[in-house]
Amino acid sequence: MNERTMHDLKKLGFYTLIFIVIVWMGLPLLVSTLYAFGTPDDYYNPHRIIPLHYTLETTKMLLFTLGGWEALKNSIIVAVLAIIISFILGLPAGYAIARFIFPGKDTIKLGMLALKVFPVPIMAVPLVMLYIKLHLIDTLLGVALAHSAASLPLVVLITASIFSGTSAELEEAGMVFGLTRFQSFLRITLPLALPGLAAAAMFTFVGSWNEVFAASVLTFSHRTLPALMLTLMETAPDYYKFAAAFIMAFPAIVYVAIARKYLISMWGIALK
Amino acid sequence: MAKKVSKYAPYLLVAPAIIYLAIFIGYPMIEGIKLVFYENGGFSLATVHRAINNYYFWPALKNTLGLVAIIVPTQLILALVLALAMNKVFKGRNVALTLLIIPMTLSDIAAGLIWYSMLSPSGFMNKLLLNLGLIHSPIQLFGYQFHTREFIMLVFVELWRSTVTIFVIVLAGLQMISHEYIEAAEVFGAGYWTRLRHIVIPLLKPSIQTALLLRTIYAFSIFGIVWVLVGRDIPVLAGEAYYQVTQIKDYGVGAFYALLIAIMSLATGAVYLRVTRSEYLEVRR
Repeated sequence: MNERTMHDLKKLGFYTLIFIVIVWMGLPLLVSTLYAFGTPDDYYNPHRIIPLHYTLETTKMLLFTLGGWEALKNSIIVAVLAIIISFILGLPAGYAIARFIFPGKDTIKLGMLALKVFPVPIMAVPLVMLYIKLHLIDTLLGVALAHSAASLPLVVLITASIFSGTSAELEEAGMVFGLTRFQSFLRITLPLALPGLAAAAMFTFVGSWNEVFAASVLTFSHRTLPALMLTLMETAPDYYKFAAAFIMAFPAIVYVAIARKYLISMWGIALK
Repeated sequence: MAKKVSKYAPYLLVAPAIIYLAIFIGYPMIEGIKLVFYENGGFSLATVHRAINNYYFWPALKNTLGLVAIIVPTQLILALVLALAMNKVFKGRNVALTLLIIPMTLSDIAAGLIWYSMLSPSGFMNKLLLNLGLIHSPIQLFGYQFHTREFIMLVFVELWRSTVTIFVIVLAGLQMISHEYIEAAEVFGAGYWTRLRHIVIPLLKPSIQTALLLRTIYAFSIFGIVWVLVGRDIPVLAGEAYYQVTQIKDYGVGAFYALLIAIMSLATGAVYLRVTRSEYLEVRR
């Protein structure tokens, strides 16, 4: 075998791999989307591999009769609250870790690191008792508080690394010209750190949007989207499952399509 | 020069976050231990007995550990191959990359339901194979009697869903490796596999460690995907915790299962921190 055929074979092998990846990742998304809007008759017809008749009935039913729309709104509220809470608490901590030298700093960093990968939703079981006492059970705020605890360590670590990246000298220059430390943080450091903070916010949002364990254990009527679907799908007919999958997956797919370029570097760095 | 700040300033900035974590992680942890070990005002192992003697407990523990042991190593290999492939420039890279990272923003519930459209008795795969004449009746993947098939299916769907976590970390690691190392090795005649084994993989080690830790810990609390696809046919620890709390209202047993997952996660994290600790400490100060 000469070098040329060898090269072609390698190329063929490589593109076969890529083809498999595209089909393996893409086909289920495509099929479930088609099935979400296919009629039940087409789904149960053994000869219709791909549905020919489409309907919005199932999706409408799921959204407007079974509470999907309400749950979707709840999910957004919880995720936004989680961002707000974890940023209010996390930003100052991240800033302190980046800018100051103080005893105990390494311990705090290590602690955050350990908690970053701790499955906080698991803590939801004992939280139920606390929430009953505090009247937080079955409230969106309660779920948001639990989700904030899950993302807070990550927010602290990300903001710490962002603030270490923005120059302390610029901030100090601002202080020389008469700004207080807080003013110079607000006018100089914060704008510089904004893109990184946006990444951290998106990360918190996605985490909260998808979290199901705490959301299901801590609520019974005010469900977030995954929590609602978890209970609904136990008894729903098959075609409802595909509509549910679509309702949950659609925002995610649009988001990835728009933000792909940032996502990879952001996640690569955020998770490290 | 910086203005002199009070030496308490950093502590004041850090305190809210730490107090918050103490309330929402520390307190539930203690409360959880109390739920498990205290009964009628005294130490008691009754809850532990109830939890361990539950018919579903040992299968749940076995399944959870089994899923982790099969899924995580397979994902590492898959993610490495994919990251090495995606680190090249080629036609269709953007499409492949977009598709690969979609599951990262997908909930496990959604991922499970998406795959149900492929695998259900009237699903895409069955109908495709039937109409191609390759099978004569649908292949059944769901139902308690198909226990093994359900387990294998869970592994496949989890591979589809969460390999991306390792993939993005490894890819980011790959992109940080300086070309100079690779080129230097090439100059000295190192082939692709030699470069991979002696330069790329060793330089990727921190990324691989992080990714493995993350995936292992998340995998211990595997829940949603199992619950929507097979329910309690394949019991897992987090699923049993959910079941005990929401259906049986036995918070003690639920807390025991949750605590067990927490302990396994902490143990994994501790091992990891021991290995990588030095990287995070600021020795130069």
